[in-house]
Amino acid sequence: MQLSKTPKITAALAAATCSLLGQQAVAQETPDPDAWKFDTAILYYGETDRVQLTEAVLQATKSFSDDSIFTGKLVVDALTGASATGAVAQPYVQTYSRPSGKGAYTIGANETPLDDTFRDTRVQASANWQQPFATDYRYNVGGNISKEYDYLSLGLSGSVERDFNQRNTTVSGGLSYQFDSIDPVGGAPIGLASMNDYNNEGELFGNEGTRLGGSQSKDTIDVLVGVTQVINRNLLMQFNYGLSQVDGYLTDPYKLLSVVDGSGYTQDVVYENRPDSRTRHTLYWQTKYASDFGIADVSYRFATDDWEIDSHTIDSRFRYMLGDGSYIQPHFRYYQQSAADFYRPFLNQADALPMYASADYRVGEMTAYTVGFKYGQKMDNGQEWAFRLEYYQQDPKNAGFDAPGVLQDQDLYPSVKAIIAQVNYSF
Amino acid sequence: MKQKLLKLIALGAIVSLTGCANLGVKPWERDQLAKEEMALNADSVDLGLDDHIYFSKEATSGGRSFAGGGCGCN
Repeated sequence: MQLSKTPKITAALAAATCSLLGQQAVAQETPDPDAWKFDTAILYYGETDRVQLTEAVLQATKSFSDDSIFTGKLVVDALTGASATGAVAQPYVQTYSRPSGKGAYTIGANETPLDDTFRDTRVQASANWQQPFATDYRYNVGGNISKEYDYLSLGLSGSVERDFNQRNTTVSGGLSYQFDSIDPVGGAPIGLASMNDYNNEGELFGNEGTRLGGSQSKDTIDVLVGVTQVINRNLLMQFNYGLSQVDGYLTDPYKLLSVVDGSGYTQDVVYENRPDSRTRHTLYWQTKYASDFGIADVSYRFATDDWEIDSHTIDSRFRYMLGDGSYIQPHFRYYQQSAADFYRPFLNQADALPMYASADYRVGEMTAYTVGFKYGQKMDNGQEWAFRLEYYQQDPKNAGFDAPGVLQDQDLYPSVKAIIAQVNYSF
Repeated sequence: MKQKLLKLIALGAIVSLTGCANLGVKPWERDQLAKEEMALNADSVDLGLDDHIYFSKEATSGGRSFAGGGCGCN
């Protein structure tokens, strides 16, 4: 009896001491010192007739007695399925060469061209170290590496945080550098070169004449500064400003544009071409509200960049406690973006070729929403499991382009519908 | 646009710096704030998975954390 009571008293004392000292301005997921905590998840993301993704995550966290925290994460994902190429539907069957230049695929009449060649496995590993220093300061250093068949990404990041006002205010500043290298299947295409340039041998789908050799790369530098403020006993807020500068190869080597005549018939198909730099500003506000029956988490993000893409994102979750350690958490997210200045759903043959053009709907005007819920349970032994089911829909919009002739009868801005299902287990 | 943005940032900074002194709680009033679910990065695995999905499907990324690069993302 006496033996089993002692740890309880120790724990109670520790808890009391912690709350008196008010550990940090922001509550952090700090497991018991010297114990490893593992968070695992398997995610399925499936679009109707398009991309299917399965992703597994293992995250390990260890806190040390000096309040430093190590986080390591391993992510593996497998992607299959078809992706919109950017070419437009036509009232007849279309044939396209595969990115490798070998072989071809056909698209039925009145169907949006999708390239079904994609099959990729990605492995990502990352690590972060958080260390308190001096009084009220912490620093974070991290690194990550991600590799897929045609893509390599390497990154380093660092940030410093300082607490003020009895740890009610935390100011942070950070910097990250990311190097990405892409080695596209068949070589990177020359921007806006015709896909159907026959090679000298007259082979039907030879792409040799329109390709660059070697791999392409880009450099990303991110600056992020933020303030976190405890407002009262139940409410805290965070404001962030982010600046992101990307230089290098920003084109998607697999995306195409149709060149149409005055009647809307495709005369040629060219590869897309994007500017080689992009500067983006982001403002982010997040607030969390705790009450006895649940926790609300609402955030808003505004982003604007020199590609003329402005976006607004609202993300909200409400965790409703059901008792017995279980909860249900509805999730709603709304996203809206304007089109990049070089976005064209197609090119008109009569017009001069622009310097940059992309028909990728992801840089076009669009709205999207996600709605779903998560159900989870914390067990007595400290382990936790959860299940998440969500629906995500993207609705691309016409950013003011007049469709000529037969294109008026085609759906140039088809919606993308996806299901997100996920299982979490923590121990 | 840029000037507007700068003004907005300046305003945000002034409000947070002047307002901060009067805001907040005493160390013993952190019962609600200390909850694991109140961490800004609670459910960090979910947030990471969401970041990957939306990074791949939309033109904006980052804000909450670094925007980064990280995948080919067809």
